[in-house]
Amino acid sequence: MTATAPALEEPAGPGERPAVRPPDAAPSRRRPGRAHRYTPYAFLAPFFLCFAAFGLFPLLYTGWTSLHRVELTSPDHMEWVGAHNYLRLLQDDFFLNALRNTFLLGVLSTVPQLLMALGLAQLLHYRLRAATFWRVALLTPYATSVAAASLVFVMLYGRDYGLVNWALGAAGLGPVDWQNGTWSARLAVSSIVIWRWTGYNALIYLAALRAVPEELYESAALDGASRARQFIHITVPALRPVIAFTLVVSAIGATQLFGEPLLFGGAGGQKGGPSRQFQTLGLYLYEQGWFDYHLGRASAVAWAMFLILLAAGGLYALAARRPARSAGR
Amino acid sequence: MRGSIRIRRAALLPAVLLTAALLAACAPGGADGRTTTLTVGTFGVFGYRQAGLYAEYERLHPGIRVRESVIERNDVYYPQLLTHLAAGSGLADIQAVEVGGIHDVAAARGDLFEDLGKAPGVRRSTWLDWKWAQATTPDGRTIGLGTDIGPVAVCYRKDYFRKAGLPTDRAAVGRLWVGDWGGYLRIGQRYRDRAPAGTVFTDSAAGLFNAVLHGYAERYYDRSGRPRFADSPAVRASWELAVRAVREGLTARLKQFEKPWDQAYANGRFATVACPPWMLGYIKEKSGAAGHGRWDVAAAPRPANWGGSFLTVPRAGRHRAAAIALATWLTAPEQQTRLFVKQAAIPSTPAAYAMPQVASAHNPYFGDAPIGQIFAAAARGVPTLVIGPDEQQIGSAFVDVGIPQVEQQGRSPAAAWAAVQREIHNAVDP
Repeated sequence: MTATAPALEEPAGPGERPAVRPPDAAPSRRRPGRAHRYTPYAFLAPFFLCFAAFGLFPLLYTGWTSLHRVELTSPDHMEWVGAHNYLRLLQDDFFLNALRNTFLLGVLSTVPQLLMALGLAQLLHYRLRAATFWRVALLTPYATSVAAASLVFVMLYGRDYGLVNWALGAAGLGPVDWQNGTWSARLAVSSIVIWRWTGYNALIYLAALRAVPEELYESAALDGASRARQFIHITVPALRPVIAFTLVVSAIGATQLFGEPLLFGGAGGQKGGPSRQFQTLGLYLYEQGWFDYHLGRASAVAWAMFLILLAAGGLYALAARRPARSAGR
Repeated sequence: MRGSIRIRRAALLPAVLLTAALLAACAPGGADGRTTTLTVGTFGVFGYRQAGLYAEYERLHPGIRVRESVIERNDVYYPQLLTHLAAGSGLADIQAVEVGGIHDVAAARGDLFEDLGKAPGVRRSTWLDWKWAQATTPDGRTIGLGTDIGPVAVCYRKDYFRKAGLPTDRAAVGRLWVGDWGGYLRIGQRYRDRAPAGTVFTDSAAGLFNAVLHGYAERYYDRSGRPRFADSPAVRASWELAVRAVREGLTARLKQFEKPWDQAYANGRFATVACPPWMLGYIKEKSGAAGHGRWDVAAAPRPANWGGSFLTVPRAGRHRAAAIALATWLTAPEQQTRLFVKQAAIPSTPAAYAMPQVASAHNPYFGDAPIGQIFAAAARGVPTLVIGPDEQQIGSAFVDVGIPQVEQQGRSPAAAWAAVQREIHNAVDP
């Protein structure tokens, strides 16, 4: 929500400063007392202490570990190998495969998910009977645990006794070995992600839609614009900052995709299928660290994921800067 | 207002008492300073608590209390044990170790464990030779006492065998394939040709692979510790048989311990499965009432061992002497026999096989099969398995990658074999 506010305020009064300053922002001649000055930092300190202990330190220590050969069987024995773990990732077919799968699964799950969420938000934005019921229903998958949801999907996609194949059979189509096929498995894993997150994103869009002036829709309707045209010409432009926000959040989630493919893979799920057809970076990290016990290599995978996200974030920041500049002109 | 305050006070007293009680329970040594609390870390269901063994030990030894912390899956439990060992803290007084990890623990971390071979009351001859050898370090220290073992038999559906024109008596069935897993596949072909509709001979090629492989002394490593996972006769023979079973259409193309496998039991999809004793309870649960009296147990073509565990005492533990005494007691033949009665865990101590609870044990669900005799006979025939590093990773390359590639994805055995070797090289290279 916060991301929408500035964009929506802009047309209201560009260039106009607020007439009344908020009282606490008024410049004061009196020097605040030393204690007073540091109070905010004291209040912030617990978060940053926790972050340092549970966020920053593990991050740095993982980086340190990634420069060593370390085995889980004796993690106290570290042998310095420099950039070796990173260099071998570049020639590691399994790593590159996991990178490709992570990207493919990210696209397969994020694009339909956000498109459907937009459509659902638009539908919910119109006056509906039992609106609260629909909104709660949308949020239910999000409130379900990954494990529970994935296990149900595993049953649905079962080769021999699954409901999906039963329905396909009723429609005269042959059974699909969802788990062992390449694209079928990727589609199945994506469908779990889509099912879990569509409602969540729809509610974010819906909240943003509440801030779009109703008059826009009314005048568009008066001009004879269909609901589809209203969607394309009002909803989507108004929601652009929120869409960017959900894209970023979904991209981060997609990079870390782990629970769904792990559980979908069943026994030996850390490999993401017999030919690693749906092994993500998260799974490869897990396999390296907790099945093969190579902590150094696993740490390098973790840092590679982190760097990939940073690079993606940088690209996004570059891309986001351009429209802002053109709007300023 | 006043009423609510009184209520609050009334609620406060039990809360304070409870907190005090909890704190007292946490304090080492207990309130009187004489009670010793021993902790036992296990995975899955060892059954010590269920069989009442802890309660009995506490009764026999006043001043000792035993508490067990259980993690359901070994693939979660074991990495955690390794981290605790490295940190030297967080360890229970007794830690269970599965056979797949015992070599790594003995070879790389053996110095962090007590030598139980020299403990009072422990005699090497109590255990099967091969079980004792598995937990012994190269310099002769025995860091784990054997608990249960997993001698392999074949569980089969009598009703399906009858319909397919095969013998149903367990002795006759055992004779059909005695000495040779190839014979098992030949029976599979006979079954296939006259199989009841909708059924196949066996559940999975990977289950067959494991059952064949674990009957060889040298599998992934030879006696000198050289890796042989690319060319050992055991691996090649097991692989060939597994591939042949797929090619002949004898498997239900299932993966063990997955949901569809459970469902296939319930639906009676396959006629045989290579079954260690720990699988009997699983079969019974998943096949349900419909399978009662239809399953039976016959001897496997060759004796093999699949699974089993050990109890160890880490040096970083707080009460080492007391822990050694408890581990010795828990793994003694009498106690192993009681676990057999409770949950069909086959003892690793031959003395237990002669005890009436084992020797005359019959399993009503499996047609009153004398499971004590069948599994004890298999256990005596198991060779001393040579165990090396990375057993679990190498096994996973075959069971989770190579065989499913042939069986489920329809790849050529040559391509799948190459994939297995790539997997192993990636897994064992630090």
